[in-house]
Amino acid sequence: MSAKKETFGKTLGFVIAVCLACAALVSISAVQLKPLQVENKLFDQQTKILQAADILSMTDGTKASIQSTFEQFVDAKMIDLDSGEFIEGSPKLFDERRNARDPEKSSDLEEDIAGINRRSHTAVVYLVSNGAGEIETVVLPIVGSGLWDLMYGYVGLKSDLNTVRNLIYSDHKETPGLGAEVMNPKWVAKWPGKKIYDEAGNVAIELVKGGAKASNEHGVDALSGATLTSNGVTRTLQFWFGEKGYKPFITKFRTQEVK
Amino acid sequence: MSADNKGVLIKPIVDNNPIALQVLGICSALAVTSSMTNALVMTIAVVIVTGFSNLFISIIRNQIPSSVRIIVQMAIIASLVIVVDQVLKAFSYQLSKELSVYIGLIITNCIVMGRAEAFAMKEKPGVSFLDGIGNGLGYGFILLVVAFFRELFGFGTLFGMEILPLIQNGGWYQANGVLVLPFSSFFIIGFIIWAIRQWKPAQVEKD
Repeated sequence: MSAKKETFGKTLGFVIAVCLACAALVSISAVQLKPLQVENKLFDQQTKILQAADILSMTDGTKASIQSTFEQFVDAKMIDLDSGEFIEGSPKLFDERRNARDPEKSSDLEEDIAGINRRSHTAVVYLVSNGAGEIETVVLPIVGSGLWDLMYGYVGLKSDLNTVRNLIYSDHKETPGLGAEVMNPKWVAKWPGKKIYDEAGNVAIELVKGGAKASNEHGVDALSGATLTSNGVTRTLQFWFGEKGYKPFITKFRTQEVK
Repeated sequence: MSADNKGVLIKPIVDNNPIALQVLGICSALAVTSSMTNALVMTIAVVIVTGFSNLFISIIRNQIPSSVRIIVQMAIIASLVIVVDQVLKAFSYQLSKELSVYIGLIITNCIVMGRAEAFAMKEKPGVSFLDGIGNGLGYGFILLVVAFFRELFGFGTLFGMEILPLIQNGGWYQANGVLVLPFSSFFIIGFIIWAIRQWKPAQVEKD
């Protein structure tokens, strides 16, 4: 590092050369690895959806088996949330959070109980058949604020669109050991059989602090030590099964109006 | 491997440990030590980044104009970190979901820059590479020790396998809530520094 080579031109040239080399390295790796990354993401999503539909046990856990099971039984469809109708569109290209940032594709919420700021006009629903052409489970993606950040998950409903088959969170940033217990299989196992709506059709599902009674078909034990995460889960469900969420779709689907 | 090179590789693990003696890189040591798996992956990532950043910086050390050397070092380190992040996303999606933020923060890990500035700018590529690997391992050693205590006593597991059955899963062990939270790493790192200095009194600072 002697002083003689410190001219402005040399310095500039050197920095540009280093930047170009680094940029080349980064772009090559990003482009080369992209297909693998997309595949991983899709695979993760498919695994969670099969789990929410409670048919992950039909697979042997390998990538190929999960993919073929998904293709065989799951039908992804786009819906318009306000009307509840199926619409044209590619579920593969759908990105809930990107839509929520786009004023064209989302709207402001008057009552933002789930803490998501804006809601996309459209959504993807996953119709899971039993192989004989009958729909056994409908898997609905949900998102809502927990304590630290948005929590993403899937709710699998039986064909009455009221009874929970499974509630699976796929992505969250909650505190390990407290809020992160939403991923604990013991807690996840409390969900099957719970009912979302009460007799009057209101969203009744909630997490109950101190533990839900066994007879309470709308209540699930709250997570101990994670009140804010538990509130987040309750509000997320209340939002997504309410009028602003999947309720129009669920109402139409029940009467078999949507085809 | 000559004795000198071996020293460069081995010394940072205990004798000149980047966390325990140089007290660098503490912040990320708090964040990723809640489980052994995370700590191990972070260790591998840091070893790769420190090793290769030292190597590349050392190769061009005689060309780097001293007025912009920090920026040049940063550009190289940042590129390597992005590559590591991309590779992780491609080959271990589950881990990258948990670690992605912290992998990005390797860029700001003082150990990487510290070694680039203090060692790679002066020494030959081969020995710089070893120094990078050594310091990465030294960092990883502390990370794994901290993660061992935090995961075992905070979650009752090691590498995700149940060792102490938790009460909420029907066992007998009441998890230690403090160890679940990142700041508990301060205590454990403190104890490690104390233990190392008891063992090697030469590390104790003179008053």
